[in-house]
Amino acid sequence: MNVDWITFWPRIVEATGETLIMVIATLIFGSIIGVSIGLLLFVTRKNNILENKFVFRLLNIIINIIRPIPFIIFLVSISQLTRIVVGTTIGTAAAIFPMTIVASFVVARVVENNLVSIDPGVIEAAQAMGASPLRIIFTVLIPEALGPLILGLTFVSVSLIDFSAVAGTVGGGGLGHVAMTYGYQRFDGSVMLVTVVILIIMVQLAQWIGNTLSRKIMRR
Amino acid sequence: MIEFKNVSKTFSLGKREVHAVKDVSLSVEKGEIFGIIGFSGAGKSTLLRLVNMLERPSSGSVFIQDIDVNTLSPKDLRTQRRNIGMIFQNFNLLNSRTVAGNIAYPLKLTSISKQEVNRRVKELLEFVGLSDKAKDYPDQLSGGQKQRVGIARALATSPDILLCDEATSALDPDTTADILRLLKKVNRDFGITILLITHEMHVIQTICDKVAVMENGEVIESGDVFDTFTNPQHSVTQRFIRSVQQDLPSTHILKEWRAGGGGKLYRVIFKGAVANDPVLSMITRKHNVDFNIVYGSVRELQEKLFGNLLVSFIGEPIAIQNALTELGTIVAVEEVVENEC
Repeated sequence: MNVDWITFWPRIVEATGETLIMVIATLIFGSIIGVSIGLLLFVTRKNNILENKFVFRLLNIIINIIRPIPFIIFLVSISQLTRIVVGTTIGTAAAIFPMTIVASFVVARVVENNLVSIDPGVIEAAQAMGASPLRIIFTVLIPEALGPLILGLTFVSVSLIDFSAVAGTVGGGGLGHVAMTYGYQRFDGSVMLVTVVILIIMVQLAQWIGNTLSRKIMRR
Repeated sequence: MIEFKNVSKTFSLGKREVHAVKDVSLSVEKGEIFGIIGFSGAGKSTLLRLVNMLERPSSGSVFIQDIDVNTLSPKDLRTQRRNIGMIFQNFNLLNSRTVAGNIAYPLKLTSISKQEVNRRVKELLEFVGLSDKAKDYPDQLSGGQKQRVGIARALATSPDILLCDEATSALDPDTTADILRLLKKVNRDFGITILLITHEMHVIQTICDKVAVMENGEVIESGDVFDTFTNPQHSVTQRFIRSVQQDLPSTHILKEWRAGGGGKLYRVIFKGAVANDPVLSMITRKHNVDFNIVYGSVRELQEKLFGNLLVSFIGEPIAIQNALTELGTIVAVEEVVENEC
């Protein structure tokens, strides 16, 4: 049974909106938490400005535990926690919580990897000029790594679009949900096609924004 | 100004202990350009970093104007560091900031006003001759220009001390000469004490007043550059000096000289004022001996002349002996022995 597109369009628009909210909210929360963890990972490394073996190891262990878990399994396995924090396990808000956790750790690694590529000499120079560790974080580490960092965040946001579709299938709402219920379970090829096209446009748009921003910052 | 007192620094690399600096005592006077020379791995880079506590000593102390730097609180250390500029082999400029932004960076760590920062940046850009590059980014500059920015940045907070970490090692000879002139100017115009490390004797010879030679973490020789150059004690020092002034011709030429029946060769060393007098000519004429300068050089070191000549004498053996004896009372004379070549 095919959908009636005249009445179905608003449903698609609504679902697109839900997906955008999930992705953008996750990107914002995930970036804030992830950048903080990534910076902490970097500065607590051996011989770095706030070397701390304990913090460094602890963060590494947590990241290494969470990252290998397939997202759909992680989503389901923390549903009790999601219920406590969000109040429900169904809907957009309930999807944002697990997505944020996973995104944070992915972002943390991306941030750490970008920071490692900063010439240690530049950090040493800032220290020699009398800059405090916090000052170095905000005026040296972040600005110096910003260009590649934005490319990294773009990469993350593209995978978030993917995650949001996965979350959609288990009750998260959004385009994933629409594609699964109408396109897959009711065999409506036109719904499948429309949702896929919208998802592709979203990914292209995210990539374009990321590329443009990072190019501007790196002046290339 | 800077005083190292029995300073040692040991790193542990896994189970192995590396003694980067061993019991070094040195003192650098105000207004001096003090050079530390050594091959790579000699410990000079670690020694330099002990001055602004980028490395902490394992034992001993470093004093700056009678303050033991290792005892300062983190906050006081940061204040002290603003009094110690530092430039680097790889410049270490912030790529995300313009030339002006780089020079302004250390000033923004202090509490001075924005107008004052801008005024100071403009002044420094003029001093290093880069006024037209203020808005450029470091990746648009040549190596020499980058080092000029590095120098301007290091001078921004008007420090008393400038540390130079192989500042010219990544530059070509012309640019090196430029940067060395600029460093000399920094020293003369502002009276800034400069402590530099290098593996190039040329740098020491060109701008330093004092030199210390390091090997395996120890200072094996130190003193006035002129004295060290004209009378090196240690074999490592001699090697460094030979890198900038060859005091012997090639073995090929020496062999030819000996094969062609050339007589004994003597090294005659003139230092300072004595180079102004026609000593060689006067004495040989007096003893009726001819002389032939086979090889040598006369150069300027710290505004004094230093001559190092290989000379052969022709005449009656006894007359030559007398001439050598008299010459020996005025300048240093030694016979060049066969195995030296």
